[in-house]
Amino acid sequence: MAKKRVVTTTINGEQTEFLCQPRQTLLEALRDVLNLTGTKEGCSNGNCGACTILMDGRPVDSCLVLAVESEGAELETIEGVAPAEGLDPIQTAFLENAALQCGICTPGFIMAAKALLESNPHPTEQEIRFYLAGNLCRCTGYDKIIRAVQDAAKSREEVTV
Amino acid sequence: MATVEKEQQAVSTNGHYKVIGTRPIRHDGVDKVTGRARYGADTRLTGMLPAAMLRSPHAHANIKSIDTSKAEALPGVRAVVTSADLPDATDRVANLGEGTVNLKHLSDNVLAGDKVLYRGHAIAAVAADNIHIAQEAVKLIQVEYELLPPVLTALEAMKPDAPLLHDDLRTDDLGEIADTPSNVATHIRFEKGDVEAGFAAAEVVVEREFHTATVHQGYIEPHNATALWNADGHITIWMSTQGTCTAPQQTAELLDLPVSRVKVVPMEIGGGFGGKISVYLPPVAAILSKKTGRPVQLVMSRTDVFEATGPTPGSAIRIKMGVDGQGRITAAEAWLAYEAGAYPGSPVGAGAMCVFACYDVPNGKVDGYDIVVNKPRTNAYRAPGATNAAFAVETVVDEICEKLKLDPIEFRINNGAKKGTRRIDGPVYPRIGMEETMAAIRDCEHNRTPLEGKHRGRGVATGFWFNIGLKSTAQATVNPDGTVALIEGSTDIGGTRASIAMQLAETLGIAAEDVVPTVVDTDSIGYTDVTGGSRVTFATGWAAYLAAKDIQGQMIERAAKIWDCDVTAVDYKDGGVVGPDGKRFSFKEIAAEAHKIGEPVIGRGSADPQEPGGAFGTHLVDVEVDMDTGKVTILRYTAAQDVGTAIHPAYVEGQIQGGAVQGIGWALNEEYFYDDQGTMRNSTYLDYRMPTTYDLPMIDTIIVEVPNPGHPYGVRGVGEVPIVPPPAALANAIYQATGVRMHELPMSPPRLLHEILKQRASNGDQ
Amino acid sequence: MPTVFIPPSLRKLTGNQERIEVAALSVRDAIAELEDRYPGVGPRLCADGAIKPGLSVAVDGNISSLGLLQKLKPDSELHFLPAIGGG
Ligand code: FES
Ligand code: FES
Repeated sequence: MAKKRVVTTTINGEQTEFLCQPRQTLLEALRDVLNLTGTKEGCSNGNCGACTILMDGRPVDSCLVLAVESEGAELETIEGVAPAEGLDPIQTAFLENAALQCGICTPGFIMAAKALLESNPHPTEQEIRFYLAGNLCRCTGYDKIIRAVQDAAKSREEVTV
Repeated sequence: MATVEKEQQAVSTNGHYKVIGTRPIRHDGVDKVTGRARYGADTRLTGMLPAAMLRSPHAHANIKSIDTSKAEALPGVRAVVTSADLPDATDRVANLGEGTVNLKHLSDNVLAGDKVLYRGHAIAAVAADNIHIAQEAVKLIQVEYELLPPVLTALEAMKPDAPLLHDDLRTDDLGEIADTPSNVATHIRFEKGDVEAGFAAAEVVVEREFHTATVHQGYIEPHNATALWNADGHITIWMSTQGTCTAPQQTAELLDLPVSRVKVVPMEIGGGFGGKISVYLPPVAAILSKKTGRPVQLVMSRTDVFEATGPTPGSAIRIKMGVDGQGRITAAEAWLAYEAGAYPGSPVGAGAMCVFACYDVPNGKVDGYDIVVNKPRTNAYRAPGATNAAFAVETVVDEICEKLKLDPIEFRINNGAKKGTRRIDGPVYPRIGMEETMAAIRDCEHNRTPLEGKHRGRGVATGFWFNIGLKSTAQATVNPDGTVALIEGSTDIGGTRASIAMQLAETLGIAAEDVVPTVVDTDSIGYTDVTGGSRVTFATGWAAYLAAKDIQGQMIERAAKIWDCDVTAVDYKDGGVVGPDGKRFSFKEIAAEAHKIGEPVIGRGSADPQEPGGAFGTHLVDVEVDMDTGKVTILRYTAAQDVGTAIHPAYVEGQIQGGAVQGIGWALNEEYFYDDQGTMRNSTYLDYRMPTTYDLPMIDTIIVEVPNPGHPYGVRGVGEVPIVPPPAALANAIYQATGVRMHELPMSPPRLLHEILKQRASNGDQ
Repeated sequence: MPTVFIPPSLRKLTGNQERIEVAALSVRDAIAELEDRYPGVGPRLCADGAIKPGLSVAVDGNISSLGLLQKLKPDSELHFLPAIGGG
């Protein structure tokens, strides 16, 4: 077995060092080494988006990234989305729109939606549908998820105005 | 927590409730949007070991020998199990929460004995210091196989010379057992009236054959189990399951232990749809834990989920229907063959009962066959058995309407089942809402807006599902501050903490937010049947209603004591107790008073309700077909459903939307694609193509409320029926768009294009 | 009197009768009477003192969880149907 490596990253704003095997994915490192189990595993091969996190601001499937590749990166996971008090507008919008049923896909959707709204604060329905097509939800039929992202876009606007 | 007003999605609440019909934020919501909610695979225990499984690469083979010595010798390996470690299962049939199961079959499915019956069949498992060592060790296990020819479809398996999966399986026809072994496990028949005379009276008779592929529930969270076999002989299992109380039963039976020795701690569950009732991993994890003295965790890969859990059957169905000159159904016949997978138990019985359930059929006959094939043992999937049947019958109805130039919606209203209609399988309907859902679709804006454009079409279809009742328990503790802690045994897959708490709140006249619902382990609550069959809001809601009634009674007694009057002079009304001379305590006040004097107030409710009230749904869809590729684009979708009473309308809509979209996936893309060796060639989400955001429009819902007379708040089950109509609605829309009638699912681009080209060739205009 | 609807697969035993009236107050009594009048019917419906696994009894349209203990009204209808699960 190859020797473990030390990886230095920033996770949710805090500098973090962790040990991992070279073959471990970032998803494994988050869940099993760092105990950040909010990031979910649905397929482990990049097809469901449940493991979506932000790496240097870009959404990635953390199951497709090796943990050692995150050296020096800024990572943001679902655990870092809410401010110290209260919730992020995206999280509130998901709750108010009943945009989750079982909730296993929710962390991934919230991370992807965050990346979308940061790059495109006023997306159309089609743009939302296109951007979120890499995240699978089997429970909701997506209707309420799309509405939640639309609502979140609106309330982010109100916050920034 | 705030109650959300949603004008744009207003529903027809019947207006006489305070809490029911509102949209409070679900109690477990914050945990689920912050990543704090703990699902099965998030379980982390001190000393926990991961484990991996060896699965059969072959669809059908005898196991000659298994040699685990090399795996055991690998450094870091802690324990290996095979079926030799499972107690001998008897050929006993038991009801363990998913209908009846033969224990021997269940045991062989958990770890194969002397035969593997499908690719992915579990054979052995290894617990090791880390998952990578466990996976390496699995590869070192040597299995000697004797290959047997696989049989993969119902029709092939029914042939007299087909390879047999089980030497001892003989067809059971309601207790009459055939003399020779066969892959046909069961034959079911229903008859009503005089079918021959019925067809003779028909003006048009249409007879068609349909085929549907095996499809999977597709929940995003893979199966998991973490087990600790303690030195005192007690086993604890942390897992995601639809059946908190049935999982320990199944596990205990498989390990030959009393059920009291197995406790299940239900973790949050990432979808189930019927697929997370059967037990696969817990007994294996438990034995590994016993051998290592440490907690052991097993989590399936996505490929394992596809290959080795319970998808829903592929099927072959023949429908024959006759209609007279007045547009009345005179007779109907159905022949259904469902693939059970490796062990008997397909939902063909339900399919046979549902096939003509939407119609008043005076003369009818239905034959159903349960057939074993070399595919994973099938399981329930949302309205199990009904979708396959509805695809077939609703397509035939559409063709008849076309032949007789009848409006398909009016035809369905005129021939629709209603109160008093006798089904072919015998029973007579109570008050049901089939007609109302049809009328809602007829009158909706979508239907009144003409569809224009080339290669576009509109289709309609309807569907039925029984729903089930079964047992539930709830217990509610009144806190001194006037809130109520509610515990229950139904795992919450889609917002049921809220819908149950709301029924308790309604009964007590308090706010939904003043109820704190918790799903607890099997040592902490009475027996509660599975989260499935559209039963939780109905039956566990009923238990919560009874718990609230129990509290009401105790509050009345307490108030009578305080007011020094007779209990008969006290009543529970408008969220509080009222006594003589206008005396009144609100619930909060009496809760505080009751805390000061006398024993704590705890309400209990246990229910086994018998009238779940059948549910009907009617869907309308507009499509556009790309004639060069066969790709179907959904332009607009509306689903109407009789839900009895919508407790939390947002989650009711969510159930309808989610079910409809699963039906759309089933209709257009999803299928297990097998090679002739019985290997599934698309066991990833990349190739098993489920609908994404980009494949769909918004799904409009119309909530129809025909209260169920068999429930205190009129609830009917909601979750299952919405998956039933979509394949037929889409097939009928595709016909309108292209002139091609589809008789096979999925109606994927290659299959549809093939039919379009065939039609062009026969029209001579290629 | 309560009416038992005989499943097609059992009609060989009942001389092709589809509906049979029984003077019974419970499902148990109804099946006992059937067995009395049409020997062989009982074991096709019951085993080990209960409705057979895989089968359920519907009284007046509702699947009864009480099985053999279910009481009957004078105008009750009994149907023997495949047991169903849910998703
Ligand atoms: S787990 Fe990473 S995409 Fe599915
Ligand atoms: S809410 Fe269950 S998968 Fe999205």
